[in-house]
Amino acid sequence: MPNLLSGAEIVFKALEDQKVEYIFGYPGGAVLPIYDELKNHKSIKHILARHEQGAGHSAEGYARSSGKPGVLLVTSGPGATNAVTALTDAYMDSVPLVCISGQVPTHLIGTDAFQECDTTGITRPCTKHNWLVKNVNDLSRVLHLAFEVATTGRPGPVLVDIPKDIQFKKGKYKFFKNTLKKKLNGKVTRKISNSELDKFIELIKKSSKPIFYTGGGVINSGPEASKYLRELVSLTGFPITSTLQGLGAYPGDDPQFLGMLGMHGTYEANNAMHDCDLMINIGARFDDRITGKVDEFSPGSKKIHVDIDPSSIGKNIKVDLAIVSDVTDLLKSLIKRFKEKNKNFASSNKQKTSKWWEQIAKWRDKKSLNFINSNKVIKPQHAVQRLYELTKNQDTFITTEVGQHQMWAAQHYKFNKPNRWMTSGGLGTMGYGLPAAIGVQIANPEKLVIDIAGEASVLMTMQEMSTAVQYRLPIKIFILNNEYMGMVRQWQELLHEKNYSESYTAALPDFVKLAESYGCVGIRAKTPNELDEKIKEMINIDKPVIFDCVVDKAENCFPMIPSGKPHNQMILGPEEEEEISDEGKILV
Amino acid sequence: MAKSKSAYSVPGKIGKIERHIIVVWVDNEAGVLARIAGLFSGRGYNIESLAVAEVDKKKHISRITIVTEGTPQVIEQINLQLKKLVPVHKVADFKRGEKDILFRELALFKILGNSKKIEKVKKICKKFNPVILDKTNKSVVIQVTALRADIDKLALDLKSLGLISTSRTGAVAMTKGPKIFN
Repeated sequence: MPNLLSGAEIVFKALEDQKVEYIFGYPGGAVLPIYDELKNHKSIKHILARHEQGAGHSAEGYARSSGKPGVLLVTSGPGATNAVTALTDAYMDSVPLVCISGQVPTHLIGTDAFQECDTTGITRPCTKHNWLVKNVNDLSRVLHLAFEVATTGRPGPVLVDIPKDIQFKKGKYKFFKNTLKKKLNGKVTRKISNSELDKFIELIKKSSKPIFYTGGGVINSGPEASKYLRELVSLTGFPITSTLQGLGAYPGDDPQFLGMLGMHGTYEANNAMHDCDLMINIGARFDDRITGKVDEFSPGSKKIHVDIDPSSIGKNIKVDLAIVSDVTDLLKSLIKRFKEKNKNFASSNKQKTSKWWEQIAKWRDKKSLNFINSNKVIKPQHAVQRLYELTKNQDTFITTEVGQHQMWAAQHYKFNKPNRWMTSGGLGTMGYGLPAAIGVQIANPEKLVIDIAGEASVLMTMQEMSTAVQYRLPIKIFILNNEYMGMVRQWQELLHEKNYSESYTAALPDFVKLAESYGCVGIRAKTPNELDEKIKEMINIDKPVIFDCVVDKAENCFPMIPSGKPHNQMILGPEEEEEISDEGKILV
Repeated sequence: MAKSKSAYSVPGKIGKIERHIIVVWVDNEAGVLARIAGLFSGRGYNIESLAVAEVDKKKHISRITIVTEGTPQVIEQINLQLKKLVPVHKVADFKRGEKDILFRELALFKILGNSKKIEKVKKICKKFNPVILDKTNKSVVIQVTALRADIDKLALDLKSLGLISTSRTGAVAMTKGPKIFN
């Protein structure tokens, strides 16, 4: 008779074999047997959140900053439904998460039992796959398969729903490796052919107006991908722009970097995307915030698209050369092949792209990220710039919430390494940044972790400050407080005749006192003069800090591509604001 | 996909709508049909008909035949998205009207009437492999196998002859000749 283990023991055995160190969760009736087993597994530490959504975002922050899958443990019913936002967020931004949820005992499933919900039904559209385990002998296979599905191909969340009686039942345990019958999304299985590489190189050599357009796929492929990307960009001498999720893959302060592209991207990046003759998309997905008006998106260019997910290719934009591959694999073989025949390409090709670079310099001269600074009131852009200047000499991790502050952070904070920038891009989840910072700090204990936040977003998951204090996680919540849902207010100003319907938050809490009540430190900065000193003070405190940075209430985020317009029709600043067409309004 | 002339996405509505038959081999496990149906409804694809049954008892493989409509891009997305699902083994895609593919739907008709009428019914159905499954002096249940359009027409024609109930399957498909789907 082999050694039989209870379902709860099997869960931990599988987690141990997957080398899981942290699980983020919240207990409840239907997962109690698993929580009971926690004490016997010292290598696994449980981080108790204050809400399952917080636990989920923490697991995301952990995963994105460490490259390892995040593990989430929640109870049935409300525990699972609260986790749905985090699962969907992870699905949209390709973050590997394994969510284990408790379920009512098998004999009660379908009876509307206490805290029962159709968890696998609810999470089906927001996970890569999910399982309801009805036989304890399936449990170890399913758990290991769950880790494999979450981390292979295009990463994403998975969920394993375990009824309470299965957690008690005894069954066999086995460590399953590589059980997937097919490799998901083509990873590994496909060798990149030389003819594909030659076609790629041919397009590179023919181009006189090229641009690299890189995305989160570079980050997800691992730190090596960033290394290769830098090599390829320097080998070719081509300009490069990045999506929101790709920031950090290429150094933000490098002269070949044109800044972020898209709706709030730089003038030079968007115009270069529009006018280029060759677009090399590596690990980005032609999201609608990037393409603007699809019909007029970069009309004159040949397009190369490298993506690990075949369904991302040709979904929004047709391309000329499609390569389904992991970014690291592709870049590695491409560079090798490229170097064989094109030793000094960058210098010999300089002539060919010189006009292009001149044009880019002209666009750059517009200095589209400029803003009118003030010495009376703190401009939010200025606050991010100061934060960057005062933290750039240490390895800093930035998370954000969603809105204007997120875009200002993306525009003005310059990243030099991958996995240092965690933001909710696809789903755009307000309340993401604070719990994500918790996960980031857990994965990177000695590092400086800052959540650049808005006061409206951060209130959505503010309760997680209590988690930060409990585990002594010295995260810094840097709130750009303008008392408005700033992005909503901006759209209302531009599209809805300044009817600021419900976008102002009256009766905000006093964030300094709030910090104190959580047992952490509150700091407030009201004027530009005191900003630097206060930021330094924040950095030096070895405790969680809520920093209430009182900023200009009316500032708008520029530049921007008004919805429904192509890339070369950006609004640069307040003086250029124009009426946006009714058609454009719909596209927001 | 790699067209020579670089183009950009045409608005979906302008693209030409094609009817396709998509055959999917899946693990016959709980929820698999919901995954397929959910993929279609969640992404706004259309299911015209659906036929599912286990075809391999040992390996628990079910074969799902879906008739759908969409622009070429949408059809391509349907194929690629289906292939991403964990329980999906393979996907085959055929345009309606392709020559080397056979399609069949099955229908049961219940008709009320005297023997004279029923004789008439049998005659109308003659071309479509009619089988009388049940017969009384007042009624008949008749089975036919045919293409969708034929069954549509048949149902219309039988209406005046006392058709009171119709039950139809979705289309199933198979290649002609020794070839199989791959």
